[in-house]
Amino acid sequence: MTNAVTFQNVSRHFGDVRAVDAVDLEIAEGEFFAMLGPSGSGKTTCLRLIAGFEQPTSGQIEIFGQSAVGIAPYRRNVNTVFQDYALFPHLNVLDNVAYGMMIRGMPRDQRMRSAEDALSMVRLPNYGARKPSQLSGGQRQRVALARALVNEPRVLLLDEPLGALDLKLRENMQEELKALQKTLGITFVFVTHDQGEALSMADRVAVFNDGKIMQIGSPEDIYRRPRTRFVADFVGSSNVLSPRITQLIGGPEGWSSLRPEDIRLKDRGISATVVSASFLGASTRLAMDLNGSRINALLPASVAVPPQGSRVQIEFNVADLHIMDDAK
Amino acid sequence: MRLAPAITQSAILPGRGGPFGALSDAFWRKPKLLLFIMLAPPVLWLGVVYIGSLLALLVQSFFSIDEFSGMVNREFTLKTYSELLIPANIDIIVRTVVMATIVTLASAVVAFPIAYYAARYAKGRWKVLFYLGIMLPLWSSYLVKIYAWKLILAKEGILNWMFETLHLSWLLDAYLALPLVGGTSLSISSTGTFLVFVYVWLPFMILPTQAALERVPGTLLEASADLGANPRQTFRHVLLPLALPGIIAGSIFTFSLTLGDYIIPQIIGSSRLFIGQAVYAHQGTAGNIPLAAAFTVVPVVIMCIYLWLAKRAGAFDAL
Repeated sequence: MTNAVTFQNVSRHFGDVRAVDAVDLEIAEGEFFAMLGPSGSGKTTCLRLIAGFEQPTSGQIEIFGQSAVGIAPYRRNVNTVFQDYALFPHLNVLDNVAYGMMIRGMPRDQRMRSAEDALSMVRLPNYGARKPSQLSGGQRQRVALARALVNEPRVLLLDEPLGALDLKLRENMQEELKALQKTLGITFVFVTHDQGEALSMADRVAVFNDGKIMQIGSPEDIYRRPRTRFVADFVGSSNVLSPRITQLIGGPEGWSSLRPEDIRLKDRGISATVVSASFLGASTRLAMDLNGSRINALLPASVAVPPQGSRVQIEFNVADLHIMDDAK
Repeated sequence: MRLAPAITQSAILPGRGGPFGALSDAFWRKPKLLLFIMLAPPVLWLGVVYIGSLLALLVQSFFSIDEFSGMVNREFTLKTYSELLIPANIDIIVRTVVMATIVTLASAVVAFPIAYYAARYAKGRWKVLFYLGIMLPLWSSYLVKIYAWKLILAKEGILNWMFETLHLSWLLDAYLALPLVGGTSLSISSTGTFLVFVYVWLPFMILPTQAALERVPGTLLEASADLGANPRQTFRHVLLPLALPGIIAGSIFTFSLTLGDYIIPQIIGSSRLFIGQAVYAHQGTAGNIPLAAAFTVVPVVIMCIYLWLAKRAGAFDAL
């Protein structure tokens, strides 16, 4: 099976800035793929390279086996949901959704019917006559989604589409997007800086930093087995432990990560001092000082929270201590 | 850290006191009062001096002139308007409107790429240079510019010389031999009038077009391309509709300024009259104020029709 998107040694430089630096990437057909990273890490540039808004400085990009280098965006069967939605303000919602079909010369009543169907799919029927300015942020996001999906692209690109929505709406949209992707079977490439979003929605995640991919893997892989300190830091609330601390608590010499939920309070074990406690609802996050280093533990609600400044003993399974690749 | 005692001790700060302090407080409590005080002088100025004189002009056009004494007869009559609509005057009106229309179209076509460049690509120093380049001609005297153009377009001028040097004089001569647009030289042809009009009014078209284009987010153009539109389709379906309010704003300038101008056609062009020249002749030399007033009403009416048509065509939908 051919890949939906393939990057071979792709770089995109802006002057001296290496926005994307020698990236290799394979996105399978029908996959929900997330590109995760801080701002300026190159994930959005990668998305724009797939859409065709940017051309690679070097390297090869293939979409379904065909070279996309030097091909204009309007010749790619790829559609984008923009971060700011980019709805046309002078057209009503229906004409916005029908825009791609209008450009392709589809007869008016036919494209209007398809646009209506697409609006129903994103649960906005009867909104066609409104102008984008009359919609809420969440509704605009749905219109942008309908406008892209109605063209039945081979790949759908989503550039932080949920960034501007409030938490409740964002969680709803995450579920809907995931469900939609399952039913349509279209390859989704999703850019986000929100690790929770990437982990909960994607089949596979690529973690970007400084124009390079630090790690590609399933959400569980990325979360449980971060390869580098950066990934551990960025992806989770995981404890990143220096070689000194790792050795101190019984591990080999090297950087390691330890997830807060794997740490338990015990009568015997390694002793630490409680610095602060934050109530999170279902659990409490306990920040402790371990020999001069900060370490967090996640306590279930059933456990009594020790007072600030008290000495506690902590314990964990050595198997949960994950050693990372970073040499130093 | 210690703060000043006045800040730490009281929750409500003492007033500034004095008449200005009291005035500030009064304005804060009644913001509309401040608005009224700020707006009253310009509204009075516009209302009385500007609109008032326009109405006075309108009234004048319904008076007539006594042909023997040359005195204005202050009685309501449509006689002046029937005088306005004689074929010779219709000729003047049509000529002026046609000139204003093609000057506006040409200005829009020339202005758009410049405005597009300035809005989308020019940054920092280049943007400053752009504004300077556009505004600089506006700072120099209008008359100087027109006479400079007369020299450029004259038979002994640089343009003729260029045509001669390139051995293309025959081309220019053939063009000048054409009826309507031609003449004995460019400086005494309606083509000359047209060129100078476009040159002089161009900044008034560029600036509003550039302002409109600057408000079009780049992602809209990307979205259009993303949905399959080639550059021509994106221009037609996204860029032009969104820039149209700016182009219309610019065209209001170029159109109405051309309709009313009487200096350019007098210095550069054939001896055929434009509305402005007719107004000038009737109220100055002939002393026929009512007919001059009736002539002045023509551009006002044409502009109203123009704006109505533009609105109907949806030019302001993107506002």
